[in-house]
Amino acid sequence: MPSQKQHLQIRGTQINYFFICHTKLWFFSHNIQMEQESELVSLGKIIHKNSYKREHRDFALDNIVNMDFIRKGDFLEIHEVKKSTKMEKAHEFQLLYYLYYLKHEKGISNTKGFIDYPKIRKKQEFELTSDKEYKLEEIFEKIKEIVASDLPKPIKKPFCRKCAYFELCWV
Amino acid sequence: MTRKNYYLMSDGILKRRENTVYFINKDNKKPLPINKIYSIYAYGSLSFSSQVVNLLAKEGIPIHFFNYYGFYSGSFYPRETLLSGDLLVKQAEHFLDFEKRIILAKKFVEGAAKNMMKVLAYYNVDNPIKEILSELTDCDVITEIMNVEGRIRADYYGRLDEILPEDFQIGKRSRRPPENMINSLISFGNSLIYSTTLSEIYNTQLNPTISYLHEPSERRYSLSLDLSEIFKPILVDRLILYLVKKRMLNENDFEKDMEYCLLNENGRKVFLKEYDKRLKKTIKHRELNKNVSYRRLIRLEAYKMIKHLLGSKEYKPFVMWW
Ligand code: SF4
Repeated sequence: MPSQKQHLQIRGTQINYFFICHTKLWFFSHNIQMEQESELVSLGKIIHKNSYKREHRDFALDNIVNMDFIRKGDFLEIHEVKKSTKMEKAHEFQLLYYLYYLKHEKGISNTKGFIDYPKIRKKQEFELTSDKEYKLEEIFEKIKEIVASDLPKPIKKPFCRKCAYFELCWV
Repeated sequence: MTRKNYYLMSDGILKRRENTVYFINKDNKKPLPINKIYSIYAYGSLSFSSQVVNLLAKEGIPIHFFNYYGFYSGSFYPRETLLSGDLLVKQAEHFLDFEKRIILAKKFVEGAAKNMMKVLAYYNVDNPIKEILSELTDCDVITEIMNVEGRIRADYYGRLDEILPEDFQIGKRSRRPPENMINSLISFGNSLIYSTTLSEIYNTQLNPTISYLHEPSERRYSLSLDLSEIFKPILVDRLILYLVKKRMLNENDFEKDMEYCLLNENGRKVFLKEYDKRLKKTIKHRELNKNVSYRRLIRLEAYKMIKHLLGSKEYKPFVMWW
């Protein structure tokens, strides 16, 4: 798999921002971060607890994916808890990326992905089909292109005011 | 923006107890809750332990120290957490590429001069600053730009004398040590705005040691010198004019000697209280269409610089529009 090394560099948040705003994606990718990132759930620790082998790659893993997950039976269930369905696509692909990452970087493919919306009592299941894998790989390429280019001009969106980059973008 | 600046006027000790820092002086013990502190300005001599330093570092809270004269003497600048290699490279590029550096250097002079003109206009004082400023176009080295800046400033301070009451006139600008009351106020205020600006830079990915108008060798955090030029007329000079004209400060607030004249403790208290009020004061920001404090305006200036460096929007210095 010749492209494997490059995939390692993409972080879940980047996939998410790709769907939300390319300016935000660019800032984040160039380490111009506004909000203190919440303490990342230490996937390494959880893997350890669940008797997955802990390697020193855990650190890189932590930097790239950030998820709530539990293991159940024969499957590794990845759960993402979200407040609202507003950014559905972004959530979906971020989750799919985790599954992709576990499959291609960690060799764990007996996975299932879920997004829980406790507020509206909704639970959605996602599967990493080859179609979705292909779509993800396309996204990787696009993200790399955006990050390597100049800062994309901000485009006003309804959620700009709530965005941490609001002042930086619009002053 | 619930965090506040704390101004410590007297000698004392900073002690940590769990997540609270206490300032203890001879009279009392004052708690400074850690998540309420934005920056600390220490005017007295301050002792503190490494526990305090660790906590402040963890929270990213700088302390600015001032000497006996009220001059800035240094900062505890916590380890930077907001690093962006890409931005640092751009910052250096704009310094090394002479044409790019000149562009920025001129903007700082232009912003400062325009704000000075606003101050004078408020008091209906005619001035030739606009004409002197127009000479900037022909400058192609930093020393020439500095020269124009120097002439503007000299004229400006001369004109302030037309506004100031007789006992508070500037005469000649004397710095270290300041020789009369007004010089002492200017020096005190300039040190303060420098530190305030440094705190704002700390909260961005900008590196404070790379500057454009001032030489990076001039001071350790010379970018703060550049940016504070723009805010001196707005935040310091207007405040001084206000304090003096309202007679909120008088001779009794100064300590005098043959060689120097300094604000005493009471004078500093009055000054800092009013300064802090101004930092917190808000105005409606035109582009952002929301209220922002003056302190925030300085941060926004840093953001504008970031965008300039990234090539996304040319930097335009902040000029009062009222
Ligand atoms: S403020 Fe708007 S344009 Fe700027 S990064 Fe945020 S969402 Fe994107």
